[in-house]
Parts: sequence; structure tokens; C-alpha cells
Amino acid sequence: MSDQEQTRPAQPADEVAEAPQPAKSDTSLADGLDDILDEIDEVLETNAEEFVKSYVQKGGQ
Amino acid sequence: MASIKVVGLETEYGIVHRGVDEPNPITASSLLINSYLARCEATGRRPATQRVSWDFEDESPSLDARGYTPVGARPPEVETHLVNAVLTNGARYYVDHAHPEMSTPEVLDARSAVLYDRAGELVVIESMEAAAELLGQGQELIAYKNNSDGKGNSYGTHENYLMSRSTPFSDIVAHATVHFVTRQIFTGAGKVGCEIPGVGSDEVPYQITQRADFFEEEVGLETTLKRPIINTRDEPHADAQLYRRLHVIVGDANMSQYSTWLKVGTTMLVLAMVEDDAFEPKLAFRAPVQALRNVSHDLSLSRPLRLYDGTSATALEIQAEIALAAERYLDKYGPDGAGGEDAYAVLDAWKEVIETLERNPEELADRLDWVAKKKLLDAYRARDGMDWGDARLRALDLQYHDMRPHRSVFQRLGVETVVDDEAAAAAATEPPNDTRAFFRGECLRRFPDAIVAANWDSMVFDTGEAPLRRVPMMEPTRGSAAHVATLLDGCETVSDLLTKLES
Repeated sequence: MSDQEQTRPAQPADEVAEAPQPAKSDTSLADGLDDILDEIDEVLETNAEEFVKSYVQKGGQ
Repeated sequence: MASIKVVGLETEYGIVHRGVDEPNPITASSLLINSYLARCEATGRRPATQRVSWDFEDESPSLDARGYTPVGARPPEVETHLVNAVLTNGARYYVDHAHPEMSTPEVLDARSAVLYDRAGELVVIESMEAAAELLGQGQELIAYKNNSDGKGNSYGTHENYLMSRSTPFSDIVAHATVHFVTRQIFTGAGKVGCEIPGVGSDEVPYQITQRADFFEEEVGLETTLKRPIINTRDEPHADAQLYRRLHVIVGDANMSQYSTWLKVGTTMLVLAMVEDDAFEPKLAFRAPVQALRNVSHDLSLSRPLRLYDGTSATALEIQAEIALAAERYLDKYGPDGAGGEDAYAVLDAWKEVIETLERNPEELADRLDWVAKKKLLDAYRARDGMDWGDARLRALDLQYHDMRPHRSVFQRLGVETVVDDEAAAAAATEPPNDTRAFFRGECLRRFPDAIVAANWDSMVFDTGEAPLRRVPMMEPTRGSAAHVATLLDGCETVSDLLTKLES
């Protein structure tokens, strides 16, 4: 399990820039949800692919 | 008459250790818990101490409720060498397999179960903060309250319900299975993808529960492989002549307090009905394991489940039937065996959730995990044009369960709560007052240096003179504040306490 922040030391401050930016969809979101997504963008792991790959757990009960 | 339901929840958290080359989950889990214990010692709060060990004398997790141990079954082994703490709120906080696990103290209603589940989350959050301080720069321990790593590895969230020994186990199997398969529509925590071998995520891009993929049997003793819908572990931690403990392993770890409240509250009602032979929906599934998965995979909530009599019904229809039976039950028998007054609030919420699921599940994004998570994922998909295979959706799924407040996705969704955090913070150190957890927690708070070991049903005291004294607590509703608060207040020392308990 590697550390996402450690593996991308060059861009620690920018949480979202790494994701490709596809064209905005026409679908308009519900009221307030846009703001929530913006807020969540700020807290998401920097490298989603690496984060998902490294999240491995031992089986439990 | 249905017995008083004593309830407790167990949660195995996912654990990640960042900033080390070869993280070991057992070490990480131990570090997490020890960091918390060290902080408690350092701040003089003593909600727990490492010196108090677990008393394993009465632990026998391989006893089978069916009265035999099947050949080839692999009963769980008790691990004695790992960190094992008892908290002053009566909870047990320890390393189980390769996960930190929080077992709440015993409580008497679903709302209190939520309170102590949230208290457990707050302890885990404080543990992560304490670990960050202790471990220093670059290292971090992160706990996730979920049940799957998305790669076929699952870890559990268990519910425990004390039931009357006189209820035939076959009745519990028959009726509880019907509830466990169908309650998923409001208890599910939601999951991106599918982990059944041979079933691609293109077939099941998103499903209602974390756990359904991991169940392979209808009834059995196992908990780590070939998991059964009804677990037969027969270890009541109480007088085995009077009680059994139904150990439920088929639920999800919920972030939503509302989902936990309904999960526990509706199950208490169902089990009370079973005890009083009042569970009216007389039905059985043709293939319960398949039904469990089908319900989890059916976001439309419209898939008919094949019943034994040749007919079929949807999970939603069956839940409506069970809720109706619960309403009749409360009218006739009252709430004493189903969680007391809280049972009425549970019933109202249950009916409302069923009606809303029938009308428009999306309206429950403020209450149910799987709906809240799906709404978020759909919004991301719409905004950024992601398809279901996008790693960012899986990352969002995992981070929904991230316990770090500054990284938690769930915390940002404004989902309704059932208990307030001030009460939960108090419950992180104070025991419930209406079960034996009160005695356990208060003894730990008052006499931390005189307690050698504790267990659900016993305490071992050291008065300074040989021999050690073991106090059994085989009746879970005794040892409450009403029973022992005055007695404890009159004791300066443990010797006083033991003398008075004997008189």
C-alpha cells in the first residue's frame, strides 16, 4: 500500500488538477449539489486510481 | 412473552497505514488502539487501560446454536495476544483478525445502539488524531467504516440480540432470514461494482449493499468464509439456560445513523414477533442466498423473489407486510420485548421509508446510505461524464467511509442524524445506565488499578490480597444504575465493593 500524497510529491497542493477534465455534461444538478461536489473535490484523494489500487484489506469476519 | 432485547454492535474498520514501506494491518490496528489508550492515560481521563485484559474464561465461539459442531466447519479462533481494551463506557476496543474492532456496550433500544455506535466512531477519530501525533511526520493511520476493499476481501459489522432460549432456533432461522434478505433496501451502505466471482461490474455497476456478495450459505457457524445469512454461533455471554444471543453477520457498516437505527430497530421488532409466535408473513424463499444478492443488485426495487409456495414478491412488498405485522404486534403485545418506547418511533420511520421507497427512493438521499451514495455518484457521472468503470467513482465510494472528518465525503452530504454529537461524545466515556455495561464501565472508571480483566459477563478484581476475585455478570439487565449506582457510591475501595456484593 503506497501513500498517495507520497507518490505524487510534485503536486501536493492541487487535489483535482490531475483528473482529466471532460466537457461539462448538459445535465443540470439539483440545487446545492454543485456546491457540495465542489467541496468534495477539495477533499478527494489526489490520485484516484492509485488510491483505489492500494486499498487492500485482509478479510475479516 | 418476548424477552427484553439486549443489543450490541460490532464494527471491524478497514485500516490503512501511510508513510511506511511495508504496512502491516495488524501492527497498524494495534498502533491505532494503543495511540488512543496512551492519550487517555496522558490526559488522565482513563477511559481505558492496557492493563485491563480480556477475560477469556467463558469464551466459546465454536458452540453451535443447532447443538452440534458440523464436521468440516471452521469455528473462529480467539486471539489472546493482540491489543484488547475495555473502555469506561463499557465497550471493547481491540484487534480482531487484521482490523481494529469496536464492540459497543450492551443497550436496550435501537436509538441507544446508534448513540454508542457513534461514540465508537468518535473514539476511532480520536485514535487517528492521537496516532498522527505519536507517529510523527509522514505517517498516518486511516480507518474506514465499510465492509469491503472492492477486491473480494470483506470484514464485518455484526449485530447481537439477546433472545429467549425457549424460542425454537428453527423459527428464528425461518423468519429472520425473510427480514435479513429484504431489509437490505434500507440498511444497505451502497457499493460500486460487484465482487461475486464471474459477475462483472458491467453487469452490476452499483449495488445496494457492501456485504451481499460475500454470503454463500443459508445457515452456519462460519464468519470469515462461506458466510451464512443466519450465523449459528451460540455464545450468549449470559445465562445459557435462559438466553441465546443471535449473532447477525449479514448487515453493512452504516455511516447513516438513520440506517443503523432502522436496521437494529426493525430487527428487534421482528425478533420479538418470532419469540411471541406473531411473525405473520409465513413465507420462505426458494433460494435465500440468491435472493439476498438479487435484492442487493436490484436498484429498481422491483425484482420479484421466488417463494417456496411457487408465488413471488418483491423485497419492498415483503417489508411492507412485515411492518404491518409489527404494527399489529405492538398493538397487541406492547413494546417491552422490542426496544420499549423507541419501537413506536422505529415503526413510524419504517413505514415512512417503505412508502417513500415505493414512491421515489431518491427522496431518501437525506436518510439512507445507499441512496445518498448513489445520488452523489450520479451527480459526479453527470457533471464529469464518467462511466461506471472510472476509478474516481470507486475512490468516492471508499472515501464515503473515510473516518477522518477533514476527508470524509459522507460528512459533507448533510444526511440526517438520530443522535447529537454532544451526547455521543459523552457516551464515548460514560456507560449506558440500564444494563450491566454500567457496572463494567463504572468499575473501570472508579477502580482502574484493581481490575485485572473484564469480559461481557465477568470482572476480575485484585484487592491486593490473594486470590483474585471474579465477579460473574450472567444477567445482562442487572448491574444497571438502578441496581448498583447507590452501592458503588458507598464504596471507597474494591474490597468494600466485593464485601457489599457478597452481603
